[in-house]
Amino acid sequence: MNRRRRQVLKSGSGATLLALVAAAGWLKPGEASAQSWNKAAFDTKSMADTMKALGGGEPVQSKDIVFFQTPDIAENGAVVPVGITSNIPKTESIAVLIEKNPNMLAAVFDIPPGTEPSLSTRVKMGQSSNIYALVKADGKYYFAAKDVKVTLGGCGG
Amino acid sequence: MADPMKIRATLVGDSTEVKVLMSHEMETGQRKDAQGAVIPAWFIQNVTVAHGGTTVLAAQWGPAVSKNPFLSFKFKGGAKGDKVTIAWVDNRGDKRTDEATIA
Repeated sequence: MNRRRRQVLKSGSGATLLALVAAAGWLKPGEASAQSWNKAAFDTKSMADTMKALGGGEPVQSKDIVFFQTPDIAENGAVVPVGITSNIPKTESIAVLIEKNPNMLAAVFDIPPGTEPSLSTRVKMGQSSNIYALVKADGKYYFAAKDVKVTLGGCGG
Repeated sequence: MADPMKIRATLVGDSTEVKVLMSHEMETGQRKDAQGAVIPAWFIQNVTVAHGGTTVLAAQWGPAVSKNPFLSFKFKGGAKGDKVTIAWVDNRGDKRTDEATIA
């Protein structure tokens, strides 16, 4: 166990982690591409960089992406509920980005057909900023933004 | 080994609503301890939800997901008594799989 952990730490690469996961029999080989962790995308600091890392072009602002359960003012930045619904047909994935966090990308969800393009989770926010919902649908990218004020940051000590 | 996830799967109309609460520190790697040393990042990277052998949701997470992460979504095609399996892997290679029955 310990040795395996060292390996992951040493290489720090998603590929190694993926290999371990696959070796553990948890993944079928066909699903492997969807399961790797996109380190480049999670390291980015701007929307443009994130788009590049995700392999998409310039996203288009869309009114068909709706936030729900997302507060205008979050008292505790460590736990900010975010709910996103995409009404765009053929939604393939939904990503949550927080503009002023040290790394913008918070989460990416792959939505297979049959799953509703609507989900909610909780994220951390270092300070008041925009939350972007980035939706990939039919190969194109769309986004919506919501301004959330944070009274107590979630990324400090 | 991490604590079990709390999973609730309920049939709402013709879709299944899944709510899950995982138990994880989700350390960002940005914080410092009392001595000023950086606390290393420790967070869930991959989450997979499967129903009847098919993946109904696959997620990649960064450290910006809150401690003890919560996730809720719906998928079509579930039936009462079916099993929903949720698995995660964190950046240390730890993993956990839990199962719930659709009610």
